[in-house]
Amino acid sequence: MRGFGRHLAEKLAAAVVSFFVTLVIGFVIFSLMPADPVRTLTRGRPTSEAQLAQLRLQLGLDDPLWQRFLSFVGDTLRGELGYSWQFQQQVSTLVAERLGPTLLLMGTSAAISVALGLWLGMRSGWKQGSVFDRITSGASLTLWSVPTFWLGMILLVAFSIPGLLPAGGMSDPSLPGTDPLDVARHLVLPCLTMVLVIFAQYVTVMRSSIIDERGAAYLLTARAKGLADADVRRRHAAPNALLPSVTMIFMHLGTLVSGAITVEAVYSWPGLGYLTYQALKIPDLPLLQGTFIIFSASVIIMNLLADLAYRFLDPRVRAQ
Amino acid sequence: MRSLLWGAGVLAAFALLALTAPLYIGDADLNVVKVTGPQLSPPVAGYPLGTDQAGRSVLLLVIWGARESLAIGLIATALTVVLGSAVGLLAGHYQGALGKALMHVTDWFIALPSLPLAISLSAVLGQGAASITVAIAVTSWTATARLVRAQTLAVEARPFIERARVLGAGNTQVMLRHVLPNVLPLILVSSTLTVASAILSEATLTFLGLGDPTSVTWGSMLQAAFSGGAVTAGAWWYLLPPGVAILIVVLGFTLTGRAVEHLLDPRRAAHA
Amino acid sequence: MLEVRDLNVSYGPAQAVRGVSFELDRGQTLGIAGESGCGKSTMALSLLRLLPDTARVAGRVLFEGEDLLTARWARLRAVRWNAASVVFQGAMSALNPVRTVGDQICEPILLHERVNAKAARRRTAELLDAVGVPARRAGDYPHEFSGGQRQRIMIAMALACRPDLIIADEPTTALDVMVQAQILRLLGDLVRESGIGVIMISHDLAVLAQMCERLAVMYAGRIVETGPARELIDDPRHPYTRALARAFPTIGDPASRLAPEGLPGDPPRIADLGDGCAFAPRCVSAEAACRTRTMELWPSGQGRAAACVRVLEGEAS
Repeated sequence: MRGFGRHLAEKLAAAVVSFFVTLVIGFVIFSLMPADPVRTLTRGRPTSEAQLAQLRLQLGLDDPLWQRFLSFVGDTLRGELGYSWQFQQQVSTLVAERLGPTLLLMGTSAAISVALGLWLGMRSGWKQGSVFDRITSGASLTLWSVPTFWLGMILLVAFSIPGLLPAGGMSDPSLPGTDPLDVARHLVLPCLTMVLVIFAQYVTVMRSSIIDERGAAYLLTARAKGLADADVRRRHAAPNALLPSVTMIFMHLGTLVSGAITVEAVYSWPGLGYLTYQALKIPDLPLLQGTFIIFSASVIIMNLLADLAYRFLDPRVRAQ
Repeated sequence: MRSLLWGAGVLAAFALLALTAPLYIGDADLNVVKVTGPQLSPPVAGYPLGTDQAGRSVLLLVIWGARESLAIGLIATALTVVLGSAVGLLAGHYQGALGKALMHVTDWFIALPSLPLAISLSAVLGQGAASITVAIAVTSWTATARLVRAQTLAVEARPFIERARVLGAGNTQVMLRHVLPNVLPLILVSSTLTVASAILSEATLTFLGLGDPTSVTWGSMLQAAFSGGAVTAGAWWYLLPPGVAILIVVLGFTLTGRAVEHLLDPRRAAHA
Repeated sequence: MLEVRDLNVSYGPAQAVRGVSFELDRGQTLGIAGESGCGKSTMALSLLRLLPDTARVAGRVLFEGEDLLTARWARLRAVRWNAASVVFQGAMSALNPVRTVGDQICEPILLHERVNAKAARRRTAELLDAVGVPARRAGDYPHEFSGGQRQRIMIAMALACRPDLIIADEPTTALDVMVQAQILRLLGDLVRESGIGVIMISHDLAVLAQMCERLAVMYAGRIVETGPARELIDDPRHPYTRALARAFPTIGDPASRLAPEGLPGDPPRIADLGDGCAFAPRCVSAEAACRTRTMELWPSGQGRAAACVRVLEGEAS
């Protein structure tokens, strides 16, 4: 286990460096690139020159670069992500509010997509070239080629116009309190949209994994023992094929983030993605910066978990 | 190769439509002030795909939108490929400090979530096609860089590179005259797939409001449909065509890319 | 116990195994010798229908009177491992890397016999002991063992359901000489104790000579000579057998070590085979008739046969 501890330390260090780079890039984009951040911030609001000057002072925009960067890093690590003029609230407050719904949507979608994708990928790869395989592969390819938000809109038109499912939001405002069943009804369409777009990735990953395993010698041993084909697939091929998939699954989870933004926008699902969409209107730079950092951090965490999970699951690697 | 023919055929058809569009689509069809069609009408005579909120023919909009959507996709891809190939070539050739540094940079960029990065860049650069194009390039170059680097390493391991160096070829010469031609087929394949994702990205970014509000692209049509209430009005004729167009073109590029990849696979040559 | 008649295996137009016939009784050991690519593994796997679907198998494989090639699928699966098991070569990839070895040995026991998990584990421990692997290591994974130990585990696994026949496909290839000797001794002891019939496949004649009573030499998909192992090596009747025997120096005979002769040329590609003796292009004593005449196994001595025209003509080596 000592080796594991050292590996963990290495990976954590790498993650920290990654996060630091994220902060640098965030700083470059949001503090350095805008020609006049103060003007962008207050776009749409009538502000006098004196107020602009005061803002500039307040935000330390005339300070030397390195000082601005350090205070930015310091603030971020303390959890102070800036102030949103659009919402008149601290960015961190907004993020905290919207985190829950996003986790709910992403969590459910991810779980369903992974389960569905892995199962379909396993069956398709096992019988490569079969009708099942071709249909699954064709569907995966088509769904990948479709813009997520468009699929969302189509589903909205198809299901909410006839009144089958709600048209957006997370819950019915007319209901007192939060009814889990009501939330569940609102969850159906956004979740379905996400699943349809992302399950394809898992199908592809698992399918090629199984195809790689199919020629393995131990499968011949399993068959020679008299096991039925389905058992050979389930008990021998699948566990081995899953291993390389695990890493990919976690890494793809990081890309779920992109889906979150578009799906939440279409369905007005009150999560981080919708917050980002709203931030684009002005554009609300501090808010955008805040969400950018949060999204990046989540991807870094996911990649870290991916690596750790793989090491934990593969007995060959575990021993080291 | 059926998929190659299908993919290439579809792309050729769209390219043709896009290029010849100015011949039969004019200001009268596109200018919201000048059009005379019924507003947000389902398909009727004269408007086979219905009209938008301003009364413009959806069919003509889709064809006209192809021009800018494809243009942005192709230009963004060109930027991506040039940037990615340059980084990949350099990283593969100079394996010392420079190469390692470049690989680190590439890895850092890969770790960044692409849509938030693209959104941030676009928002800061201001609305418009140019910022979208730049944003797409910045988020897509890493895949090409990795591919080119791996191929550069493979090519440079071959003996003929050694011979070229002995004969006195300098670094630039080796890279440009020996490595690059061998890497080009791979870049070609990767480009077709990059265009596919660039078109999807353009649509997404425009939909989110980062595009030029006055120009017509498939993404902008969908954005107009969304924010103009076409969804609540159930105007499926306005929603379907741009999305289907995107779907077909992306499939076209993807299938073509995969088919070319299959054709270039050296293992196939061995079987022949 | 096992009677193979006119076994043919082809992949499309290419014939990998042509007209192979032999017999094996209980407790007998038969060695199949030949170069890589001569079809010996293909032939062995085809007996239990373990080849991929692209292979076309024809002929008869009578196991205890039942034709395995035409048996129903469920019946074949019941015979597999239970009555006839396989020891594969390269035990690393033949064992599932993500399951414990104990698990993998228990698997066929639980599949074929009506016993509970505890009894299966007990039997697994006995088997591991019998092959010289500490039973407490049943919970370890294949990569935690050495090559020799993994081969022992393969043997233990093959014995799990007390089969009547074991097919050992290159069981000692990729093991070093000392380990090889241990494995062969182990296999020999186990087999003698339980009276199991063994078909052993190897390109190494020395190994086969040690283990097997009878030998069959294969070349380009056909059996070209059969007979008692010792006699075949000391007094080969087929030019190919002669070349093989010369290439493997006999331990203890200094003269043979001095000049191991190679065999010029390459084995023929399956697609190139036509009429006549496939060995003719590389044969020193080939005649015109060799290239056109259909080869069969003609008797060349007491319990011996060879597919060479010279045997017909009554010429000895």
